[in-house]
Amino acid sequence: MDILTWTYILVGLSFTLYIGIAIWSRAGSTKEFYVAGGGVSPLANGMATAADWMSAASFISMAGIISFAGYDGSVYLMGWTGGYVLLALLLAPYLRKFGKFTVPDFVGDRYYSNTAKVVAVICALFISFTYVAGQMRGVGIVFSRYLEVPIEWGVVIGMCIVFFYAVLGGMKGITYTQVAQYCVLIFAYMVPAIFVSMQLTGNPVPQFGLGGELADGTALLDKLDGVLAELGFAEYTSGRKGVMDVFMITLALMVGTAGLPHVIVRFFTVPKVKDARLSAGYALVFIAILYTTAPAIAAFGIYNAINSTSEKEISSLPVWVSNWQKTNLIAVDDKNGDGKIQYLADPVTNELTIDRDIMVLASPEIAELPNWVVGLVAAGAMAAALSTAAGLLLVISTSVSRDLFKTFRPEISEKKELRIARIAAAGAVLLAGYFGVNPPGFVAQVVAFAFGLAAASFFPVIIMGIFSSRINKEGAIAGMISGLIFTLAYIIYFKFISPEMNTADHWWFGVSPEGIGSIGMFLNFLVCIVVSRFTPAPPQSVQDMIQEIRIPRGAGQAVDH
Amino acid sequence: MANDPGKMKAYWKKNLQTLFFLLLIWFLVSFGFGILWVEELNQFRFGGFKLGFWFAQQGSIYAFVVLIFIYVYRMNKLDKEFDVNED
Repeated sequence: MDILTWTYILVGLSFTLYIGIAIWSRAGSTKEFYVAGGGVSPLANGMATAADWMSAASFISMAGIISFAGYDGSVYLMGWTGGYVLLALLLAPYLRKFGKFTVPDFVGDRYYSNTAKVVAVICALFISFTYVAGQMRGVGIVFSRYLEVPIEWGVVIGMCIVFFYAVLGGMKGITYTQVAQYCVLIFAYMVPAIFVSMQLTGNPVPQFGLGGELADGTALLDKLDGVLAELGFAEYTSGRKGVMDVFMITLALMVGTAGLPHVIVRFFTVPKVKDARLSAGYALVFIAILYTTAPAIAAFGIYNAINSTSEKEISSLPVWVSNWQKTNLIAVDDKNGDGKIQYLADPVTNELTIDRDIMVLASPEIAELPNWVVGLVAAGAMAAALSTAAGLLLVISTSVSRDLFKTFRPEISEKKELRIARIAAAGAVLLAGYFGVNPPGFVAQVVAFAFGLAAASFFPVIIMGIFSSRINKEGAIAGMISGLIFTLAYIIYFKFISPEMNTADHWWFGVSPEGIGSIGMFLNFLVCIVVSRFTPAPPQSVQDMIQEIRIPRGAGQAVDH
Repeated sequence: MANDPGKMKAYWKKNLQTLFFLLLIWFLVSFGFGILWVEELNQFRFGGFKLGFWFAQQGSIYAFVVLIFIYVYRMNKLDKEFDVNED
């Protein structure tokens, strides 16, 4: 069977599975809709968190980014995993003990103020929307590439699927579909990686293969350093970014991860404080499987790509090159007319452009694996995009129905609230779909900054809300606003107003807009502490609540009160 | 437990000590070995890896996983010791 048939079969089967699960686990109450009834086992929650977390970008693009960035790609590897340590140690257990449904819930109660809550809702909506629009676009691209339909149609199909199980199933439906999606995506990611690792280094474990030796006895990474240096590129294992910048970007990604509302809310779904801690551990195990494989795929991919093209006759290139030339992900331009490819660092003489997404998408073909593996990778990419989109849509709908509507109209019945949540989810799907079809130019750029914004707004306020009983509402509101505005202003200035100034010479302390969320976070902490010092301490009831969330006993299940 | 502020304080202090110790390692393996001292560590080899590079792309992630499980173990023990566990 050909690739397209296999893709239809495998993607079709996986979608049937998701929809089946969604029908079986649809939500009947607001509690099931918001936090899956609070009875999810730590293992299942860990898997769901991992699928929720790993987006189309993690699955398709991350390895490719590392291929071309080498050591500098480490910021993503450390940044997107290290945040889970912060989450497990500093946030998850206490927020679980607090025992409500959303991050704005916590901010509103801890800072005894609807103003603080509304600021938190705005931050949550802003972060989630920028993120989800990128996911819908990702769904569209994956569909169009594999199923050979226009991107618009791909987005519409993706919308229908997400609509079905997010609107119907709420958090409960999402959680169990995400468990299935994790299994699909990790299997699809590992199979080609294991085969490529075997081919190149003889070691079936990609994590070891990365440090393995090639057939000629030299270590893969040393060989890669040498080959790249010969072509005029920087060495694979050494960095080009400044140390300060690498430090700050990593920090912003870590802290941002711990501050993302759709990740935090997952820890409200487990029964106990103990389970919240454990499930963060499971989540990181499941994430680490992919994140330690990605650098291996990255190095194998760039090595294979160079090896099979550089200085080779254009007429005798392997089949996968011409296959992917059709999709414009590889472009060959024989500038000096010698009939061979020169892949060089110098853009004037370079004759080969490779899109970063090739490293994952083409890996089954490069390794000459059977066609069903290509179909499997398609199903995996789809699972990654859909699971993240669904998690984000839920945060958006919860923010609207619970944090905005219920806060100001507390008398509405549960049935009505559930209906509003569903309508909000439906509205969010449509809006996200619209942005997927007509992507505003800034979306792709802004997604990367969602982390900086989460780092600069939520993280400090939540941490201090737990670990200090002196921080009050004035401090929290001033801190969130100043962190957010500072970070936003820096990003907008360098990315949109004066992009020509966006070089290391003009950055403050050598920190790029990608890493500025870290500075925004420090600013948030500082403003929060100073303002709190000069304004009255929180009331006794809040002080008691802080003492209460610090001890696990008496957590019970997430309750509405 | 909640009625005994002294015991509560001791529990919280032990908790903070655990956090401090674990976050120190967290900082060391990633920001330390993977970023600040990566050049120095790259002088050493770890199989086919330069050591600093290994920490940045592999080792730090393994360490993060281990840290969380140590935390889970320590806290479960601490909760029992101070009788604030949930079951």
